[in-house]
Amino acid sequence: MSFLSYLINGLSLGSVYAIIALGYTMVYGIAKMLNFAHGDVIMIGCYVVFTLMSQYGVHPGISILAAILICTCLGVVIEKIAYKPLRGANSLAVLITAIGVSYFLQNLALLIFGADTKSFTSVVNMPPLHLAGGKLTISAVTIVTVLSCIVIMIALMLFIRKTRAGQAMLAVSEDRDAAQLMGVNVNGTISLTFAIGSGLAAIAGILLCSAYPTLSPYTGAMPGIKAFTAAVFGGIGSIPGAFVGGLVLGIIEILGRAYISSQLSDAIVFAVLILVLLIKPTGLLGKPIQEKV
Amino acid sequence: MKTGIKNMKKEVRGQLITYGLVIGVFIIVQVMLSLGMISNLMQGLLVPLCTYSIVAVALNLCVGYLGELSLGHAGFMCVGAFSSAFFTKCTMTTGLNENVRFFLALLVGTLTAALFGYLIGIPVLRLRGDYLAIVTLAFGEIIKNVINVLYIGRDSAGFHFGMKDETSLGLGEDGEVLVNGAKGIMRTPHQSTFTIGVILLLISLFVCFQLVNSRSGRAIMAIRDNRIAAESVGIPITKYKLLAFTISAAIAGIGGVLYAHNLSTLTAQPANFGYNMSIMILVFVVLGGMGSFRGSVIAAVLLTMLPEILRGLADYRMLIYAIVLIAMMLFNWSPKLIEFRKKFIADVFKKKEKEAA
Repeated sequence: MSFLSYLINGLSLGSVYAIIALGYTMVYGIAKMLNFAHGDVIMIGCYVVFTLMSQYGVHPGISILAAILICTCLGVVIEKIAYKPLRGANSLAVLITAIGVSYFLQNLALLIFGADTKSFTSVVNMPPLHLAGGKLTISAVTIVTVLSCIVIMIALMLFIRKTRAGQAMLAVSEDRDAAQLMGVNVNGTISLTFAIGSGLAAIAGILLCSAYPTLSPYTGAMPGIKAFTAAVFGGIGSIPGAFVGGLVLGIIEILGRAYISSQLSDAIVFAVLILVLLIKPTGLLGKPIQEKV
Repeated sequence: MKTGIKNMKKEVRGQLITYGLVIGVFIIVQVMLSLGMISNLMQGLLVPLCTYSIVAVALNLCVGYLGELSLGHAGFMCVGAFSSAFFTKCTMTTGLNENVRFFLALLVGTLTAALFGYLIGIPVLRLRGDYLAIVTLAFGEIIKNVINVLYIGRDSAGFHFGMKDETSLGLGEDGEVLVNGAKGIMRTPHQSTFTIGVILLLISLFVCFQLVNSRSGRAIMAIRDNRIAAESVGIPITKYKLLAFTISAAIAGIGGVLYAHNLSTLTAQPANFGYNMSIMILVFVVLGGMGSFRGSVIAAVLLTMLPEILRGLADYRMLIYAIVLIAMMLFNWSPKLIEFRKKFIADVFKKKEKEAA
């Protein structure tokens, strides 16, 4: 039974990673950049919900909507100010700028909310589910997290396959110049990608903090790196890859923590990543890179 | 004399300017120190400045010349730091001369880091671009994590290793714990001085300059510029990639040795050996200019001093640091701004010409 409960916990953590990784992978696919500030957008989303709920007593639903809205705007603004001027520049320069944005968001949160760790009230207050005669308890947050992840996945796939905006995204990620020649609004599409990615980051952050209720300005950094790992694991740029990568990573982390060593759980996750990349150098579902002379 | 400098090869002149700059700053700082013009806070920063400069030079070799983005150099620094501190700790009671011991510790740290660089380089260098970056990051994190659960003790029966806790080592009565898991290595002697730091920085610069201006260095740059073309003219890719990566790791190890002997307790925290440190070093490299060792040193020094200079702004200093970083990147790299700058400079010159006429 305990194995099953670990597995479910892993699935829940993995779902959070998957949602964050979706943001990473979409931005990477379209803008060809590693958005290191993604993890910190998560943290901002959490602080918005925390402030609204604990200090102003706003209804959780409205707080979540507000957080999604603010993070979406934040994502678009960051893209416009920090990344857009660097389009066409060296990719390392964009990476460093993203790191700068990450420092900026962390220190902004540090100034506004203080360095002390806040305890986050879960947005899901439903009773846990008891299965198998009370032997297996699944908390409501876990169920909500896994369900949200599945819903988001399906919605995103439908959005990309069925809508014009989604098709434009695919086109821009395939070949930006050709897409522009065919009349796709490239700037608009990139903004939309950042908007969706950041909105998802807000949701992921709220779910993460509901399950692990500590909030500090550095809350987003490690999950951000893990989700990035998940995105690479599944093949960066691939949406199903981010989903699979996130889930696998979450499960490995929880099982590793439970059965091998709690201090080494991160090391185990990274070791598995290294193994996968050595066997499949572009991740589980990544396309092989073709090199031209 | 003047024509002598002018006639020199461009690379040699660049090297001499860099050495001169480092030595010049060293002399100025020494004079200021003797006049008591440097605050205690700044004095405490002198050795870290050397450390960061050395690691930045190492990373520049990897990123700027080999063209591979490594986010794991803090891991090599960590290896160098812990292996050398462990050596120092082991030999503290043997009555070895302090300076000889430090020199040996330096060798141990550098060689261990080089060994790790070589072993990690074999699998990692098969990957490309961002995949390589994330795998180096992963290795760095693994090194940090493993050191945090590593326990080594010594008693009359010899060394004891463990991965759980102090008591599981099963030490005898006379035993002492040398590496104490997350608590790290305690009571290491302070042996790094500013002078040693500057000497090590000069040595690192010398090694790097010699490498990139040699036949091997040209091969490494050829691989960076066009791997397939380099391979087709018969350059052994793997050999040269490994060579550059190993040397880069070894120099990062030197930085680690310097770092370790500047502290009384050496622990592997996310702040000093995590990916954050790797990223910070990368910021130095990119801001200083990829492929410019002088730039790396200048950027490392300026950016490490910046938060201290901004200390007067108290809480806002890191925020301003972030803004300065973003602004500098935009100013240096934005294609539109570069165009605008060129146009602006051209306009200014035109005006001057008109005025002259």
